[in-house]
Amino acid sequence: MERSEDAAEAGMSNRWPEILVALFLFAIGVIVVSDSIRVGTGWEEGEGPRAGYFPFYIGSILLISSGWILIGALARIRKPQPQFATWEELRSVMQMLVPLSIYIVAVVFLGLYVSSFVLIAYFMKVHGKFGVIGTVLTSVGVPLAAFMLFERWFLVPLPKGPLELMLGL
Amino acid sequence: MTKFGKWAGRALVTAIATIGLTGVAQAWEPTKPVEFVVPAGTGGGADQMARFIQGIVAKNKLMAQPLVVVNKSGGAGAEGFLEVKGAKGDPHKIIITLSNLFTTPLATGVPFNWRDLTPGAMLALDQFVLWVNADAPYKTAKDYVEAVKSKPANTFKMAGTGSKQEDQIITAMIDKATGKKMTYVPFKGGGDVAVQLVGAHVDSTVNNPIEAEAHWRGGKLRPLCIMDSEKLPYNEKVTATQSWGDIPTCKSAGVPVEYLMLRGIFLAPGVTQDQVDFYVNLFKKVRETPDWAEFMKKGAFKQTFMTGKEFSDWLGKTEAMHYGLMKEAGFLAK
Amino acid sequence: MEELNNLMHGFSVALTLPNLGFMVLGITLGILIGVLPGLGGANGIAILLPLTFSMDQTSAIIMLSCIYWGALFGGAITSILFNIPGEPWSVATTFDGFPMAQQGRAGAALTAAFTSSFVGAFFAVLLITFLAPLVAKFALKFGAAEMFAVQMLTFCSFVGMSKEPPAKTLAVMALGFAMAAVGMDTVTGTLRMTFGYPELLKGFDFLIAVIGLFGIGEILLTMEEGLAFKGKSAKIQLNVVLQTWKELLRYWRTSLRSVLVGCWMGVTPGGATPASFMAYGLARRGAKDKDTFGKGNIEGVVAPETAAHAAGTSALLPMLTLGIPGSPTAAVLLGGLLIWGLQPGPLLFTEKPDFVWGLIASMYLGNIVGLIVVLTTVPWWAAILRIPFSVIGPVIIVICAIGAYTVHSSIFDVVMMLVFGVFGYLFKKLRYPLAPLVLALVLGDMAESSFRQSMLLSQGSLDIFWANPLVAGLMLLSFTMLLWPIVPALKHYLRGRG
Repeated sequence: MERSEDAAEAGMSNRWPEILVALFLFAIGVIVVSDSIRVGTGWEEGEGPRAGYFPFYIGSILLISSGWILIGALARIRKPQPQFATWEELRSVMQMLVPLSIYIVAVVFLGLYVSSFVLIAYFMKVHGKFGVIGTVLTSVGVPLAAFMLFERWFLVPLPKGPLELMLGL
Repeated sequence: MTKFGKWAGRALVTAIATIGLTGVAQAWEPTKPVEFVVPAGTGGGADQMARFIQGIVAKNKLMAQPLVVVNKSGGAGAEGFLEVKGAKGDPHKIIITLSNLFTTPLATGVPFNWRDLTPGAMLALDQFVLWVNADAPYKTAKDYVEAVKSKPANTFKMAGTGSKQEDQIITAMIDKATGKKMTYVPFKGGGDVAVQLVGAHVDSTVNNPIEAEAHWRGGKLRPLCIMDSEKLPYNEKVTATQSWGDIPTCKSAGVPVEYLMLRGIFLAPGVTQDQVDFYVNLFKKVRETPDWAEFMKKGAFKQTFMTGKEFSDWLGKTEAMHYGLMKEAGFLAK
Repeated sequence: MEELNNLMHGFSVALTLPNLGFMVLGITLGILIGVLPGLGGANGIAILLPLTFSMDQTSAIIMLSCIYWGALFGGAITSILFNIPGEPWSVATTFDGFPMAQQGRAGAALTAAFTSSFVGAFFAVLLITFLAPLVAKFALKFGAAEMFAVQMLTFCSFVGMSKEPPAKTLAVMALGFAMAAVGMDTVTGTLRMTFGYPELLKGFDFLIAVIGLFGIGEILLTMEEGLAFKGKSAKIQLNVVLQTWKELLRYWRTSLRSVLVGCWMGVTPGGATPASFMAYGLARRGAKDKDTFGKGNIEGVVAPETAAHAAGTSALLPMLTLGIPGSPTAAVLLGGLLIWGLQPGPLLFTEKPDFVWGLIASMYLGNIVGLIVVLTTVPWWAAILRIPFSVIGPVIIVICAIGAYTVHSSIFDVVMMLVFGVFGYLFKKLRYPLAPLVLALVLGDMAESSFRQSMLLSQGSLDIFWANPLVAGLMLLSFTMLLWPIVPALKHYLRGRG
């Protein structure tokens, strides 16, 4: 989809995402190379490569390739860019990404069951416009089914929070 | 569990403990499934034993709550040890240990020590045997040692499990005894190691008996000597002509190497004596089953059982021994 | 034929009414395990193992092997429907299976996947029945150098000319290899790139990365269309199975090649996941319509599924005859056998013929029963896609979170899943290919260990990679594969000059 910036729908261009992702990869490359140097990158006589030998070259490839992408992106910085996504699309994505991130944080503190109930109920009620009965049945049913399946049947403990503790589960 | 969960859990445990103190002292029992942490991957010696115990407990209904095996093998077992170390006061988490209880913190510097956990019981000690391929010309340990001595260093290849752990420590001890260095090649699991020797890709291994037993019976491998102070007490024939008891000690064959590996159970730090007693009793019952006896015989284990102070003393001594051996071999974390 | 007699005896032991019941139960449980990501075959069998202790030996083994079959079948379901691989070896199935589902051909994709699984597994069982001793000997030839050559071959047969920018392909591949290096280095025991964080000790698990990159990434991508998204109008045709079968007959060549790749990778043991990638790569190379791969070509479902299941099944062979498990699932199954007092090894076939032939017979039966069970559920699975996204979206997220958590029982992995999810979305939008990253993550660790083990064995000499015909042949084949895409270009160039 090589739409140019001045296409019909307004949106974000590839300019900054491209640069940021390349910078991120470059940073990973720096970490990999520096840690490899710490553990030794040599080729020991009679023993072959040391612990950092392969990671060092892999990190270097990462540095070169992400650097290449970065230079390319910077060279094009003033030129028109292909569109990353329209604002409308990004807004939609955020409608998922924000609750998703909150959900993950909630799993850490409240446990998986309560968070899952809230997540499903939120989507069904706010976005799906489902009735109260359907919403409650699904949002309680899914965590409950997971509980029966994992904790009771397969004996796999899932993350729990204060509520489960209070109930003595 | 979450921080808050842990805090609440501790509060609950304290509350229950207080009630317990004021009321009639009742024996503690698990109130939910017990996590059985294995600080090694699936299929290895520790994992096999843990799953076997899980089977015995389930089959004989030794515990009202189920035992759930969880593998936490990251960082040579550090992942599992740190997990139990962090579960302070949680009586529903136990861990099976192998030598990496001592070797991993020494070799990697990951901060944990057996004193961070509550020692439960020693279940058995695992033996190490020096194996060669059945087609190799060495019939006795002496033949093999002579061959190693007569060739330049690094001619002979020894395969073992992991790096800077028991197998490599034993290899370093053998190196010292022969005065010639062998090349140590690490593989992921004991089963892999045995197969590398069957395929003649290496010259010898120091597999545990259970890892190589089938290949011995199948006529593919030959045991040369056992790394203990005395011969094994199992006299039932494994092959047509030999039993575990027929394998000479390495010491008698001129290789003064002795090494035994711990198979023991630890609890999380900060648990009560009641809770420790429950598990000690549980494992006593496990040891009484005929299945366990069969398992011990098959794997030629040394059936030492220790608890309490005796066990702690043994742990202290063994830790000091590992420190000495690993320092000498240059395996300590820098 | 002695084998046939033994097998018939095995059938007579296995084929009783209660045992058939256990088969169906085992298959159903297995599918459930396979569908839920994270709760893979190895975990699942370990968890269900105690259930079998109260049964008699034959029934227990039948049930266990049926759970194994069910898990093999089930892995494909979420890959095709939601782009979430239920098992590591279903990753390659997502490449074409998911686009097919998007085009409303979920039923066909599922049928193709199940049927291919059946074919792959069936041939592998035939191999176990008739050639076990011979094949076991072949497996022994694989030392460290040979293993490295196999990994090299997998890699070379998969990478080729990709349509994405080369710098980006290279970058993600390096990222995959770098992630594979995190944690403890097997050869020296040194901790790499953990920076003192205990969460990093175990490294980056392949499944966590895949659940995030593919599953969560896809959900974010889907969201671009907004929450008005009402689910795919997958037409449910009851005769979809028969129609797909007719189509599948055309791809017998791909099936056969994938069976060979799979059996070979299972026995050596290279593993089911590399096998699926290799078969996919070879199918794409062999096809006339290369460009349709990755856009819903049914051949792209047939190849990895056939290979993965041929490999998964033939992995049981080295386990039974050598006591080395060819896969983590086989490792747990090994533990189960030990509890039954059966010591896998070279003598198992002669010492416990009843057991072995009962097991092999139950493999045939389990596979057939499994195929029937899963095929009847095809329309039912396809119907899931009609559920509105505002319901199925959050439910998928919950399943992904459970999956990510259960792999290592680590909450850190759930957070990593989100991070991988965001990058999955960004990479997709910025045209970074995901497949090389995943492949590097699978192979990186193994390939590095094998290479360095070889170097220790040879005292640092590279000669070990052409020291015998087997390893030399594999290396030669790898380089041929690597350079293959250049040949047509070269030909074109020469013709242009001539």
